[in-house]
Amino acid sequence: MSRERFLIEGATLVDGQATDILVDDGFLTVGPDARDGAADATRIDAAGLIALPGLVDLHTHLREPGFEQSETVLTGTRAAAAGGYTTVFAMANTSPVADTAGVVEQELSLGRAAGYATVQPIGAVTVGLAGERLAELGAMAASRAKVRVFSDDGVCVADPLLMRRALEYVKAFDGVIAQHAQEPRLTAGAQMNEGALSGTLGLPGWPAVAEESIIARDVLLAEHVGSRLHVCHVSTAGSVDIVRWAKARGIDVTAEVTPHHLLLTEDLVAGYDARYKVNPPLRRADDVQALREGLADGTIDIVATDHAPHPIEAKDCEWDAAANGMVGLESALSVVQKAMVDTELLSWTDVARVMSAIPASIGRVDAGAPVASGSRADLTLYDPGVSEVFATDRLAGKGVNSPYLGIDLPGRVRWTFHGGTATLRDGALIEIDDAAARAREELARG
Amino acid sequence: MTARTVLHQADIARALTRISHEILESNRGSGDLVVLGIPTRGVALAERIGATIARIENGTAPGADAPPVGALDVTMYRDDLAKHPTRAPSPTSIPVSIDGKVVVLVDDVLFSGRTIRAALDALSDLGRPRAVRLAVLVDRGHREFPIRADFVGKNLPSSSRERINVRVTEVDGDDAVTIDDGEADGVGGAGRSGSDTGAGRSGSDTDADRSDGAGRGEADA
Amino acid sequence: MRHLLSTRDLDRETAIGILDVAEDMADVSSREVKKLPTLRGKTVVNLFFEDSTRTRISFEAAAKRLSADVINFSAKGSSVSKGESLKDTAQTLAAIGADAVVVRHSASGAPHTLASAGWIDAGILNAGDGTHEHPTQALLDAFTMRRRLHGSASRGKGLDGVHVVIVGDILHSRVARSDVWLLNTLGAHVTLIAPPTLLPVDTGQWPCEIGYDLDAAIDADPDVVMMLRIQAERMNAAFFPNTREYSRRWGLDASRLDRLRSDTMVMHPGPMVRGLEISAAAADSARSLVRDQVASGVSVRMAALYLLLSGDREVD
Repeated sequence: MSRERFLIEGATLVDGQATDILVDDGFLTVGPDARDGAADATRIDAAGLIALPGLVDLHTHLREPGFEQSETVLTGTRAAAAGGYTTVFAMANTSPVADTAGVVEQELSLGRAAGYATVQPIGAVTVGLAGERLAELGAMAASRAKVRVFSDDGVCVADPLLMRRALEYVKAFDGVIAQHAQEPRLTAGAQMNEGALSGTLGLPGWPAVAEESIIARDVLLAEHVGSRLHVCHVSTAGSVDIVRWAKARGIDVTAEVTPHHLLLTEDLVAGYDARYKVNPPLRRADDVQALREGLADGTIDIVATDHAPHPIEAKDCEWDAAANGMVGLESALSVVQKAMVDTELLSWTDVARVMSAIPASIGRVDAGAPVASGSRADLTLYDPGVSEVFATDRLAGKGVNSPYLGIDLPGRVRWTFHGGTATLRDGALIEIDDAAARAREELARG
Repeated sequence: MTARTVLHQADIARALTRISHEILESNRGSGDLVVLGIPTRGVALAERIGATIARIENGTAPGADAPPVGALDVTMYRDDLAKHPTRAPSPTSIPVSIDGKVVVLVDDVLFSGRTIRAALDALSDLGRPRAVRLAVLVDRGHREFPIRADFVGKNLPSSSRERINVRVTEVDGDDAVTIDDGEADGVGGAGRSGSDTGAGRSGSDTDADRSDGAGRGEADA
Repeated sequence: MRHLLSTRDLDRETAIGILDVAEDMADVSSREVKKLPTLRGKTVVNLFFEDSTRTRISFEAAAKRLSADVINFSAKGSSVSKGESLKDTAQTLAAIGADAVVVRHSASGAPHTLASAGWIDAGILNAGDGTHEHPTQALLDAFTMRRRLHGSASRGKGLDGVHVVIVGDILHSRVARSDVWLLNTLGAHVTLIAPPTLLPVDTGQWPCEIGYDLDAAIDADPDVVMMLRIQAERMNAAFFPNTREYSRRWGLDASRLDRLRSDTMVMHPGPMVRGLEISAAAADSARSLVRDQVASGVSVRMAALYLLLSGDREVD
């Protein structure tokens, strides 16, 4: 059976040029050549749509195995496709924890079977995320999942000696430790950013210094042992300063920021609406500004969603009892447009860099190539010209714990191509059976 | 909406003097009398009646004590609390024990009788008077309870759509009883402005003893 | 008033209005028939996720004096301890027909969530949430001060110019927060005295002064000294070295008591730890208003219940 081909007419490349793009047999032809042999291709009128490389998320919680009531690999990758993502890195805090080759290979297989996006598993740094002894990092690296990113995300690798060893050990296979920077003793019972508002609301504070002190320690460790460090979800102005200092010093550190930390502030907590409960917490407006500037000047390398779906009951409760986390895959590009592009801090070329090319490079996966002839057909067609109230109909995963429901967000992903398959067609996800069938065909072709 | 004045200051003074005489006559003097006004305007009227009684008694029997005058708030005893915005209660002040006394309740307008019903309940929680009488400046009819006044300043047969405003100097700055024709829908300032020179709540207190449903040209209904 | 969740969102007029109604309620409490028919047929649920017999019986007495039906729902030994969610509990109470829910919860904001989540339509009265607020406690404190200062002429008055010193564990105290907002709204001047470890890290926007020195605060001749309970467990979390040192620096002992004016009010929200934050002499002295506070509590809570439950709830 021959694959469906697409002729994308009049799309705008990130540099502003209008062009035609042919999606054929999993690869792209861009420019005048696109029309050659496009006779029976499905035609897409892409006037006004930006053609971005398929987005790559270095920080996604797919929840499977173990927390399938929150999300599964299938539903999470559907959310990814809806948001324009073609590759997601699946965090290790599943149950069982992704701390063995068996679990990461299972996740890889589930992703391949679902067919909506490439699932690249992240391995746990320590056994069971317990922070006591190293997981089998080498076995996971050597597995079919070819794990290169290791993280105990959700908890911090707080023991400095263990962190040092992990940083050193993964050099053997070009790995990177993605640290969830949170000093545990300084954040015991923490519920929100510590500051004037936490004191007024009577919520135990999560001080910025609990993040910054770990980042400072880790960049010095990375320097000392000559390793690669990635800092997850940087959330404070002080953290940006430390990363900036470390980079100036030549330390091999990369950092990510979430869309929500680029847009939302702690003031939202005042109504005790648990949708705004997230870890690290929403910070002050000054922090948001520093994060935007850090992303714009390259101090922060990438945007990663920290997509964290939860069942309704985990948020429909008192603040203390609520789970941390927000879904983010479906809204990420719109939020980045609002926070960074519409404010003229980033161009679309920059967006392609921080949401596709660099995350792929940090994670050592073959993805994030620019929209050019010969590139793998991971492609997103995005309409930046619309603006609408974000509603649950935009959410494609199981979680509805989005902080953006009811507010105006610009832009909408119209088409997502994953390896040449249109997973999102004119705003609608393809059927689960169709995605799986395409995935089987691809696997059969090798 | 038009308001016409039916009682002027002098009319009110004459009515209160007459009521005072009638109270003394029916009670055969001021002995055992306790005069309790129902807030807000009933209290001012009760004080005037108490003073008038003292003046009359002093004329006939010099050195006689003025009857004790107090205030009986009935807010907590009303049967329509759930039907209106929350009412701020007024202080109750009972100067002497009412056990065995003749209590004269004083209110500005007698309408449905519900306020007096509430006042009788409130009174029974405070003691056991020998008798309870009722004095009102205006009786406008439309009773919903088997209650009638013993002493009436003026009977004002009125349509239930109309609104009777009683203004007293102590609260409103001047003395007057006016009738609004009730054609206005009652929303907005027009319905209240005429009587709002005093403590600001005159419009709603004037016909506190009011029928439910009909006849309220009130902004807060 | 739809709910009473905090004192921070009370304006001066509303706050004085509540205190004035409480004056009327206090009059009722002093007469022979201490009961009003006002809330006949209304159901008040005391929903207590934390033990607090003092606060619960105060609310219970208040509701009963207004003739409301009272249901006590203690989380201990109920389905809540078996993992029932706040939402399920709220929906159960809604089905029972609760008109008001008096809620005490260890989570800051839980009453706010109950009031805003749409689970139950009842009026919500915060009886203490986590380390957030305890509005009726602050109202009874203000009521007690106002009565002491103005007696029967209290109605309509604020606390303008009154200097109140609050001493102790401010960080974990919902009482201190509610007092700071309310007393400031009523015109009082508030000074908080605590070890630096027991103050929130940023109180820059709080309408009060902050100090660490109790002796200096006493020398400033305050009108009210309010001592807060200090929990000995705090010692283990390194908030202070030990109870002896705490008591020496921040306790209201006999010598500090002697330096207060004879009419300075000594207050404590209870339960007191005698010998730690307050000496027995101070607690029992003529300056102590601790028992007045308890009596005021019933009046203030009657006022709050009246204002929550009377009136057409659709209107406001």
